[in-house]
Amino acid sequence: MRTTVLEYDVSKIAELARNGKRLDGRSMDQPREFTLELGMCLNAEASARVRLGETEVLAGIKVGVDKPYPDNPDEGAISCGAELLALAHSEYEAGPPSFDEIEVARVVDRGIRESKAIDFTKLCIKEGESCLIAFMDFYAINADGNLFDAGSLAALASFMTAKLPKLDEKNKIVKHEYSGKIEMKRLPLLTTFVKVGGKIMVDPTYLEEKASEARFSVATTEDGYLSAMQKGPGSFTVEEISLMIEKAFVVADTNRKKLLKIVKQ
Amino acid sequence: MSGKARDDAPDYKKEKKRVDNRKMDELRPISIKVGVLPNADGSAYLEWGQNKVYAAVFGPREALPKHTQNPMKAVMKVTYRMATFSVPERKQPRPNRRDMEISKVLGEALDKAVFTEQFPNTEIAVFVEVVDSNAGSRVACLTAASCALANAGIPMRDLVAATGIGKAFGELIVDLNKEEEDAPDAVDIPIAIMPNSGEIVLLQMDGLLTKEEWAKLAPMGIKACKAVYEIQKKALQEKFPISELSEANVEAEVAGKDSKEVPAKSETKVVAPAKAEKKDDKKADKAKKVKK
Repeated sequence: MRTTVLEYDVSKIAELARNGKRLDGRSMDQPREFTLELGMCLNAEASARVRLGETEVLAGIKVGVDKPYPDNPDEGAISCGAELLALAHSEYEAGPPSFDEIEVARVVDRGIRESKAIDFTKLCIKEGESCLIAFMDFYAINADGNLFDAGSLAALASFMTAKLPKLDEKNKIVKHEYSGKIEMKRLPLLTTFVKVGGKIMVDPTYLEEKASEARFSVATTEDGYLSAMQKGPGSFTVEEISLMIEKAFVVADTNRKKLLKIVKQ
Repeated sequence: MSGKARDDAPDYKKEKKRVDNRKMDELRPISIKVGVLPNADGSAYLEWGQNKVYAAVFGPREALPKHTQNPMKAVMKVTYRMATFSVPERKQPRPNRRDMEISKVLGEALDKAVFTEQFPNTEIAVFVEVVDSNAGSRVACLTAASCALANAGIPMRDLVAATGIGKAFGELIVDLNKEEEDAPDAVDIPIAIMPNSGEIVLLQMDGLLTKEEWAKLAPMGIKACKAVYEIQKKALQEKFPISELSEANVEAEVAGKDSKEVPAKSETKVVAPAKAEKKDDKKADKAKKVKK
């Protein structure tokens, strides 16, 4: 493991945070601006490139036909994967999935799955025999912190724009033909906070993550629900958690409106 | 490659044009952008037809684990991977034998172009990620990786320019697309050269070919690689305009003095590509002289 973060930077960030300031001049509850591009990968059923500050992720969906799980014979499925590519940061290495990769993938997955945004029975083709599985994988292309929120934006945008393949009589996929879309009943988005120097800030950069004492992510929906939470390293008080949840709704609302506008274009 | 024999299979000898309306020796559109990833020491994003690839370079840095170090030279470590959604059928995320082999041959191609002997005990890590594909992804990756190395300011003998050549539907062609790669008579030959010396640094082939056909194909490949080289040079010149080179040097020196506490990564970043670029110019000049 290579360390590339300087002690100097880390202590500087903690010092600034204690005075309610951040290295890039943002306020404590101000997220970075994001941009979203859609549909650049033609082999994928959906693709979305999100840039959140200098963090860049690329998500894509492939849909396949498989047998339903025995415990839910009338349902299709989704699957979320994440890869922190070695090209995204000098600290990342190519290799088997790391703890960080698995965590971010599972938290993004829970946010979408548990919000009941997708009706899995609509992905069923024939009960007990065949169903559609939507595989969403996202890749960190450049890592400058908060891959949770960037990944969540890219994942949601790709699920919203995914085309479902057309099937023939034998329930095999007909290439290059599509039969519809995945209907999204809710639009859950993750919002991530870190605590640095005892102060809480939203949407941390890579250095802020390195300087942090604690991390917390929460997925919120437009109709007032929480659909997933994840505390990373460190600890928070109950009051801090409630405060972050309040702020998360505000941040996610703004991001959701912007995302919707781009997706509808 | 045994693609399904189609009743309506095209006949290039008769039709004189290809499934995507290209001429026999015509490349697909290529665009390259260098310096796209802020975290990397050098990077490039390349689109080649439908192929879309990222390349990032880290190093020269200490080679780890230690037993991989070579006291005589830098080790080129190339990692070629494909995104799960970059192919028509979802690819399994874990690297397969094809990924490993391509990583190896790409490393061997770039190793020849870099002055590795200048950086003993280090590694130069090159990561290439295919996010969308349609035949020819390895040559796209090699072309992008070579630009990323130049962008990182790593001293090189030459850029590496690559292309596919081969045969499909009865005719010898350049830069096969997926449909041509799946033709019943398909021959696919990825080839890469150092354009100024003409040395071949990557060559693979699968399919059935006669000696005579190879003799015709080789010059087609060299010519196409040289066309790719021109696009690479243009992309690098866009990043480092010649007229601004001297200014960039001065700025970097000033920046270096100001930031003593924080070893500025940008110092090497700005100066080094300028050097590499100049070297390229000298090479280009030499090449011109030879032509004269």
